[in-house]
Amino acid sequence: MARVLARPIESRVRRLRLRVRGTVQGVGFRPFVYRLAREMRLSGFVLNDSEGVLIEIEGLDPDRFGEAIRTRAPPLARIDAVDVLELPPTGGGRFEILDSLDGRSATRIGADAAICAECRRELTDPGSRFFGYPFVNCTQCGPRFTITSALPYDRAQTSMASFSMCDACAADYVDPESRRFHAEPVACPECGPSLSHPVAELAARLEGGAIVALKGVGGFHLFCDARNDAAIARLRRRKAREEKPFAVMVRDIAAARQLAQLTDAEEFLLTSPASPIVLVEAVAGKLSNLVAPGLGRIGLIVAYSPAHLLLFDELSRLSPHCPPALVATSANPGGEPLVADNADAELRLSAIADLIVTHDRDIVARADDSVMQIVDGAPAFIRRARGFVPEPVDLGADGPSVIATGTDFKNTVCVTRGREAFLSQHVGGLDNAEAIRFQREAATHLCSILDVTLEFAVCDLHPDFRSVRMGESFGLPVMPVQHHLAHVAAVAAEHRLAEPVLGLALDGHGLGTDGSSWGGEMLAVEGHRWLRAGSLMPLPLPGGDRAAREPWRMGVAALQAANRIDLARALELAHSGVARLAAMFNRGMRTPVTSSLGRLFDAVAAISGVRLVQTYEGQAAMEFEALVRAPRCLPGGYAINDGVLDFRPLILCLAEAGMCGTDAADLFHGTLIAGLADWAASGAASLGTRQVALGGGCMMNRVLATGLAQALRECGLEPYLPRLVPANDGGVALGQAAHARQVIMAKRASGEQSPTCA
Amino acid sequence: LSHGAGGRAMGQLIEGIFHKAFDNIWLRAGNDQSAFTVPGGRMVMSTDGYVVSPLFFPGGNIGSLAVHGTINDIAMAAARPLYLSASFIIEEGFPLADLERIAESMGVASRGAGVPIITGDTKVVERGKADGVFISTSGVGVVPDGLDLRADAARPGDAVILSGSIGDHGIAVMSKRENLEFDAAVVSDSAALHGLVTAMVEAGGRQIRLMRDPTRGGIAATLNEIASQSKVGFHIDEEAIPVKPEVAAACELLGVDPLNVANEGKLVAVAAPEGAKAILAAMRAHPLGREAAVVGHVVADDDCFVQMATSFGGGRIVDWLSGEQLPRIC
Ligand SMILES: [Fe+3]
Ligand SMILES: [Mg+2]
Ligand SMILES: [Zn+2]
Ligand SMILES: [Zn+2]
Repeated sequence: MARVLARPIESRVRRLRLRVRGTVQGVGFRPFVYRLAREMRLSGFVLNDSEGVLIEIEGLDPDRFGEAIRTRAPPLARIDAVDVLELPPTGGGRFEILDSLDGRSATRIGADAAICAECRRELTDPGSRFFGYPFVNCTQCGPRFTITSALPYDRAQTSMASFSMCDACAADYVDPESRRFHAEPVACPECGPSLSHPVAELAARLEGGAIVALKGVGGFHLFCDARNDAAIARLRRRKAREEKPFAVMVRDIAAARQLAQLTDAEEFLLTSPASPIVLVEAVAGKLSNLVAPGLGRIGLIVAYSPAHLLLFDELSRLSPHCPPALVATSANPGGEPLVADNADAELRLSAIADLIVTHDRDIVARADDSVMQIVDGAPAFIRRARGFVPEPVDLGADGPSVIATGTDFKNTVCVTRGREAFLSQHVGGLDNAEAIRFQREAATHLCSILDVTLEFAVCDLHPDFRSVRMGESFGLPVMPVQHHLAHVAAVAAEHRLAEPVLGLALDGHGLGTDGSSWGGEMLAVEGHRWLRAGSLMPLPLPGGDRAAREPWRMGVAALQAANRIDLARALELAHSGVARLAAMFNRGMRTPVTSSLGRLFDAVAAISGVRLVQTYEGQAAMEFEALVRAPRCLPGGYAINDGVLDFRPLILCLAEAGMCGTDAADLFHGTLIAGLADWAASGAASLGTRQVALGGGCMMNRVLATGLAQALRECGLEPYLPRLVPANDGGVALGQAAHARQVIMAKRASGEQSPTCA
Repeated sequence: LSHGAGGRAMGQLIEGIFHKAFDNIWLRAGNDQSAFTVPGGRMVMSTDGYVVSPLFFPGGNIGSLAVHGTINDIAMAAARPLYLSASFIIEEGFPLADLERIAESMGVASRGAGVPIITGDTKVVERGKADGVFISTSGVGVVPDGLDLRADAARPGDAVILSGSIGDHGIAVMSKRENLEFDAAVVSDSAALHGLVTAMVEAGGRQIRLMRDPTRGGIAATLNEIASQSKVGFHIDEEAIPVKPEVAAACELLGVDPLNVANEGKLVAVAAPEGAKAILAAMRAHPLGREAAVVGHVVADDDCFVQMATSFGGGRIVDWLSGEQLPRIC
């Protein structure tokens, strides 16, 4: 196919006004425009204003400029729209960078970015004034979101306000030829923040097996040697974190390659400016077994701040034989949000860390490292925070501003403005006071960097959720949205799916509109209207939340549901509670029931002896997934009746055959995928759609998500997986907000005054 | 029991049951009201409706519960309860024998507590309009001079004293309702607490800021209520809270948190730090306070959070629940 046809070079002078919207401030956009205009011999000006960037150019063939803006934009820029207006020429002159007209700028604050190649070079160049400086940054890299308190984005609104620039930095700041032109956090050893301890001391302590807390970009990390069993065991004891996997930080991608088998997509993520933790296939025997017990995959992250790089260089000097690898975990006492404040660190980390290293650049907004993995060939979030927040999700259409408060697990908050939805950084579980305060802090910060007037609050249905109480605290009309509808709506929103959509919410627990526990749901969604088209066959949920922590309970419950409680005998030796629970079922004990797929995973992991009690959330399912080699389907392993998908034949087969380990994992995953695909296909047919949105926490299981997407495509359907926000509860706030807006707009369109929805 | 025709005879039959069980000079006088003279000082009055399923449970029944519950509500003002009233809504067809048992245990409870039931009423309603029997009791009491306990009186630094093990009543009712059998039977703690309160008042009355009986919603609901009324927070120590082993085992099996389970014979007192020791000693010397313990303290907290230090050093939020414990974990 022909590419762009050769264009006749215009001989006429024209003037264009370009209005650029997106993430175009604080990312070196104006110097880029300046250099581009000069290169193309155009006159005119560029300025930041409250809508983004405004450019006027005049000269020969100005259209080429509009194209180049998109194709050659700086790496951290994100262009949503360029509107062009033809103006009468005013006569030549220079191209200039002007001050904003109304004094207001910055419509959007950028996400934090890993150190760029140029700053890396300066960091190790003895001739540079940034040589060895742990806070070197420029418009192409460095902190943004985490240091900014409010709009507009300029130094006075960041925690750099207290540092006044030295002459050299001030000169860079106003020089359009410099990478530091209007780099708000610009700083050098002369004038900027500093670390409380020399990097060499830090490295020496780590080398000696110590646990070091280091203040970074979004908060404190706890570091220790990832090859030192004793150090990791100590960290686990002090953090009260028995077996939950730790992420490992390495200096660069070359070091990462020695620890894991990386695909191109994984390497791309690891080295991207967002620099997330990426779950990858570990090469056995390279790290301590205590890093990620029972799992074949590990979370890797590449050093992303100048301080990290300096630390790794020191460590390499101390032990040159193999590339250093550090356990890098958010510094927080068991389950609480990460610590970001110096005084707080002394208070809350001194019992965990042997050494606490701080710096004097305040962290305004805490943000954990983001966590991602490749699912069905493309990146997917497990946790979304530093490097991505506050990048918006485009909802495709304008609507009222709402704030959605998510759920009490993996909490995030979502605020919409115009056609954009902004998801807060990962807040975490709202079961402790610190986290509840962090949620309020994150919501307040998000509103202040967006400068919105909220119209509605949106929350879950659960009467006892803290997030619901937060939703009720704004003094706005409150709209509850069912949990699994929100999971599905989040997927539909980010893919801007035109109606109707069949949604599969494959999840742990969420309160249903009937008051029961849902979690394996087939929903038919058409705009603001929806219905529950089917569910998994409900299983007893003995002990409520306790069953989510203790899979043996679900094992017994599944056998009870299959009318073969006698088979629970095989589990009696494995857990002392089994016999008593089986006896209670025999006496006719009533329990709540749940259609959760997460609990079905727990049941099967227990029945096949993989895990009876979890030490962290999702452990049973993760370990079960790790055992899969080649999924295969059990013929007759499931039944579909009236939209209810029943896996009891599969459960019985696993229990009767006493199948364990890989055999059980292969058979379960294979049959599950086949059953879900079959179920979805019939649901999609009766809804008359090909679009299937897949959401919920179970979509973090790669075998399931990838296999199901594949199977759906084989049925001629179009599967959509969450890509911009997590599939788990970390993405629920987006779905709540998106669905509530649909309801509000539908009611407004039909002339109703006060919309409500459930 | 039947409803409607023949109501008069039936009414007399029922009245007879209660009069016999509660027997005292006021009822014998046969008036539509009872007159009594009041001692000087501040009076308190309280009323409560009792609806429980099952009606009979290990350690009591709806009748004894209705007597103890209202006595305790009065006692929580540090008051001495004087008189009770009782009103009954009875479903048609309710067995007379059961009604007699309930009345009998109310009589025993009221005499045991020294608080007579001096007036009352009964109504029989159509089948389905009630669930067996509902009881409503009211009571009056008198507060010793100089005492004024208020819900907003908790101050940072105050001690939180719990009179004994938690969860007994709720688990006794739940296990009976669900036909559960545990290795050791769980018995309701239903009891009248005014004797214990008198001992506490004698030991350090002016140091007592406020008291509550943690009934429905358990101590979690009680502490959250006090926190928001006093605009303070609580730090509670999990290890210090007495829970009977059989109750803990049942809670574990049922997946409920003992902090959210009802009690009918326990109290929570918030006391000034300087008085806590004497009050605790007085409680421990009383049969209903033998296991009393300081379980936490009041802290300054604008969010009014009730936080519990867990065994691994973290802190979790202790919340009140809207109803039964719904699953939360996704
Ligand atoms: Fe969920
Ligand atoms: Mg009351
Ligand atoms: Zn840079
Ligand atoms: Zn400088």
